[in-house]
Amino acid sequence: MSGNRHPLFMPLIFVGGLIFGFGLGFSHMARPEVVLDFLQFDDFGLLFVMFGAAIVTGIAFAIMPRVGDRAPLTGRAYGRRLKSFDRNVLIGGAIFGVGWGLSGICPGAAYASLGIGNFTILWALVGMFAGAYIQGYWRSQRAASETTPAGAD
Amino acid sequence: MFTELVPLALTAELFPNGIFRYAVGGLLVGLGAVVIYMGTGIPAGASTFLESTLSYVSDQSRFQQYRSSRDWRIVFTLGIILGAAVYAVFWQGGTWTTDVQPWRLLLGGVFVGIGTRIGKGCTSGHGVCGVGSASKTSIVGVMTFLLVAIVTAQLVQAMGVSP
Repeated sequence: MSGNRHPLFMPLIFVGGLIFGFGLGFSHMARPEVVLDFLQFDDFGLLFVMFGAAIVTGIAFAIMPRVGDRAPLTGRAYGRRLKSFDRNVLIGGAIFGVGWGLSGICPGAAYASLGIGNFTILWALVGMFAGAYIQGYWRSQRAASETTPAGAD
Repeated sequence: MFTELVPLALTAELFPNGIFRYAVGGLLVGLGAVVIYMGTGIPAGASTFLESTLSYVSDQSRFQQYRSSRDWRIVFTLGIILGAAVYAVFWQGGTWTTDVQPWRLLLGGVFVGIGTRIGKGCTSGHGVCGVGSASKTSIVGVMTFLLVAIVTAQLVQAMGVSP
């Protein structure tokens, strides 16, 4: 895929990221306090962010496969984001929940938080990379000791 | 008169900051994901960036499987940072810093880093693109982390930790 990508691939990813990050800033999700306010039932605004965003993507996921077979910049078929269910979804989701509830920060919002000048958020980013490394190291070792390849997810 | 005021007061209680910023911000978050999806067919999430970027510095097989997407995920993340910076400059009126204590951010970050990768997605991958896909896996994932996060945040608050 890399090497002969469409010249507009990277610019489009960048523009998409710009809008995505602007939205996270505008929605105040880049502020851990606002997320914690939601989790502590002081302000339910986060529901509008998540479901508002999901409705917009939902419309695109429903329409695009009908109006076009493949994406213009990649030739990739329009599909939905469907991941296989196993107990990792529950275990990982619960671990993520502990972290989200403790810090009020999730990955996308953490990057955006850096953009709004919240350099204290680097603590969270260092933590996220450390956490991702710990699980990656552990799963790599486990995959190496098993002969069957792990499912792609 | 009174019956008109009740729903209004309830709304103010549930949404002390109104809903405009949340609704408009959410629609834009969705729009950002849609722009990428329409051009590339990729339903993007924000947490894979952690593992794909680690592939530059680690030879572990778990990270190497994300080599093919690691460059555009960096561009996506730079876009997110810059988009939020545009908001900060033109709407927020300068920088803003959190009062949440560093130990909470660091420790919470570690849990987020482990959990989001084992659980196959985060608030954008599962919460926005997955729910938008009506994916049962993502809906269960979102319910799981929402519930646990609420319990965690309430416990932390009950223990008197603030902010």
